[in-house]
Amino acid sequence: MRDTPLSNCERRFLLKAIEEKKRLDGRQTYDYRNIKISFGTDYGCCIVELGRTRVLGQVSCELVPPKDSRPTEGIMFFNLELSPMASPAFEPNRQSELLVMLNRQLERCLRNSKCIDTESLCVVSGEKVWQIRVDVHVLNHDGNLMDAASIAAISALSHFRRPDVAIQGRDITVFSPEERDPIPLSIYHMPICVSFAFFLQGSYLLVDPCEREERVKDGLLVIAMNKHREICSIQSSGGIMLLKDQVLRCSKIASVKVSEITELINKALENDRKIRKEGGKFGFAESMPKERITTLKRDEAPVEMTDVKETANEIVNRTETPTEAVSSPVLVAMGTAQVGEGIVNSWGLDEDEEDEPQTEDTKTGSVDCEHTIYLKSTKPCKQK
Amino acid sequence: MLFLHFYCENKSFSRSRKYTNTGRSRCFLAMDTIHACFKEKIGEVLLPGDVFSFRLSESGDGSIKTEKIICGPGLRRNGEEVQVCKSGILRHKQPNMYWIDSQQRRYVPAKGESVIGIVTAKSGDIFKVDVGGSEQASLSYLAFEGATKRNRPNVQVGDLVYGQFTIANKDMEPELVCIDSCGRANGMGVFGADGLLFKVSLGLVRRLLAPQSEIIKDLEKIFPFELVVGMNGRVWVKAKTVQQTLIVTNLLETCENMTSQQRQTLFKRVAEGFL
Repeated sequence: MRDTPLSNCERRFLLKAIEEKKRLDGRQTYDYRNIKISFGTDYGCCIVELGRTRVLGQVSCELVPPKDSRPTEGIMFFNLELSPMASPAFEPNRQSELLVMLNRQLERCLRNSKCIDTESLCVVSGEKVWQIRVDVHVLNHDGNLMDAASIAAISALSHFRRPDVAIQGRDITVFSPEERDPIPLSIYHMPICVSFAFFLQGSYLLVDPCEREERVKDGLLVIAMNKHREICSIQSSGGIMLLKDQVLRCSKIASVKVSEITELINKALENDRKIRKEGGKFGFAESMPKERITTLKRDEAPVEMTDVKETANEIVNRTETPTEAVSSPVLVAMGTAQVGEGIVNSWGLDEDEEDEPQTEDTKTGSVDCEHTIYLKSTKPCKQK
Repeated sequence: MLFLHFYCENKSFSRSRKYTNTGRSRCFLAMDTIHACFKEKIGEVLLPGDVFSFRLSESGDGSIKTEKIICGPGLRRNGEEVQVCKSGILRHKQPNMYWIDSQQRRYVPAKGESVIGIVTAKSGDIFKVDVGGSEQASLSYLAFEGATKRNRPNVQVGDLVYGQFTIANKDMEPELVCIDSCGRANGMGVFGADGLLFKVSLGLVRRLLAPQSEIIKDLEKIFPFELVVGMNGRVWVKAKTVQQTLIVTNLLETCENMTSQQRQTLFKRVAEGFL
């Protein structure tokens, strides 16, 4: 099936909205969507929801002979798949650029950062090692697959338990989960990717772009970082020129976001551990709220409604009859003014629109926070 | 919407399965019996496979009157029976129209419907337009007001067009035109230099296009805006500022599953937040 094309008016509107620092779902420039992490009944299975983007990560293991060049290390294998149910643009068995890019970035982020201790996966040196396989499936594509995939992969790896082994001489005994408790993997740190989309030749950037914003972007910068502020990988695509201070600013934003996300992952892991220990019910079915077929729950999207300029105009024109959508009152005759549409020439609207963005920026706090991150660099900025 | 005309002989009728003919129906006049079968289920949720069957009963009245019942979307005639083929609520419109009101987002092109399409390709004499169906529709460049072979319309790839289907069935590629039968544009054609296009469910679109739409009336009170509604679920909105456009978009997307009471309280809150 073909994907719906993006019309020119949507593209223009999105770019205009970005210039005015507005996003379709009411987020601020540096805001992430709601992240929800849930674990399944098996160890190593996790679903991450980033807004409407859903990604499933599954970890499994098996005993294999090691590589010749590294006889004492275990093997990690990463695989990301774009399921056709995620988007009409994804066709099965088609090697697209996006798929290649996602796979490479996931490998770079997790393998080269050495977040997993592969030496601990060795059972008998030169003969048997554990091969850990991470499969990431994209279930729904609403933008920013890279971040969701990296969160799913690292959460699944942290959640996974491998079977216990005992070695006696040359005999290896692998215990089933009932005989002996399975052992978690030894993970040094959690690298998480943060995506920045650039628009209009690099003048505007957005964190966590949704699908429509991704379609109009000029370039993408992905920074993989852990909570100790160590950069694991940086990748820039799209061919845009980035200035040094832009990249520095992005890395500072990324460190803030990564520490928040790492906290969220740890909390989810802790909750799951607690429920399993207490013997309560766990798994995907329990983590979903009870939904009835007759009701539909929508996430609340914050939409900015207050308009500073218009409240000011209202106060100024209190003697006149107030109407909705004040732009600027037109004095028709002495003592009467017209406010809003009507005989006002619509060509004159262009000037009014340019006035709006300046006043609206002061209402949000985003301008201040930007500076905070840039200058102070240690305090995380809580946006509201 | 497709409507099937269903003529039936009226002796005495009963329904099979769970809709068995109760004693009440037989007391009605012969002419109203068939309506009674439907009337019991108006406003109830029906599932595909439910059947209204009309069979002759032993005690014939002798008077044969033919009734006309119009089966709308979701109902299908199967010989002597009417089968439900979509899940939803049974609705009725006087005097004799019945249909199933269901939630659906996937659009199937139907002749005569006006839709918003996105031009994807220009090839020779026709434009290929994406309307959200399984196939792309074709739009001839002569199907615009005042277009001749020398005077081609100014349509680029990625533009929005509002047009009507002249051909739309399951066997052929759908065809759009942007003029009516008199050759006038009548509001159709290329539009949308600014503004935002988004997708909603088909049920909401039908509610917006109803003659006295409450949603539109409530929305007008907040601030002025331009609105184009296509029956394929696509809606185009333009207001004076980007923020107002985003507000209208969000309001329309959320009022899909609200009762009118909830919607009015929400709109009132928005209007107050604005003033």
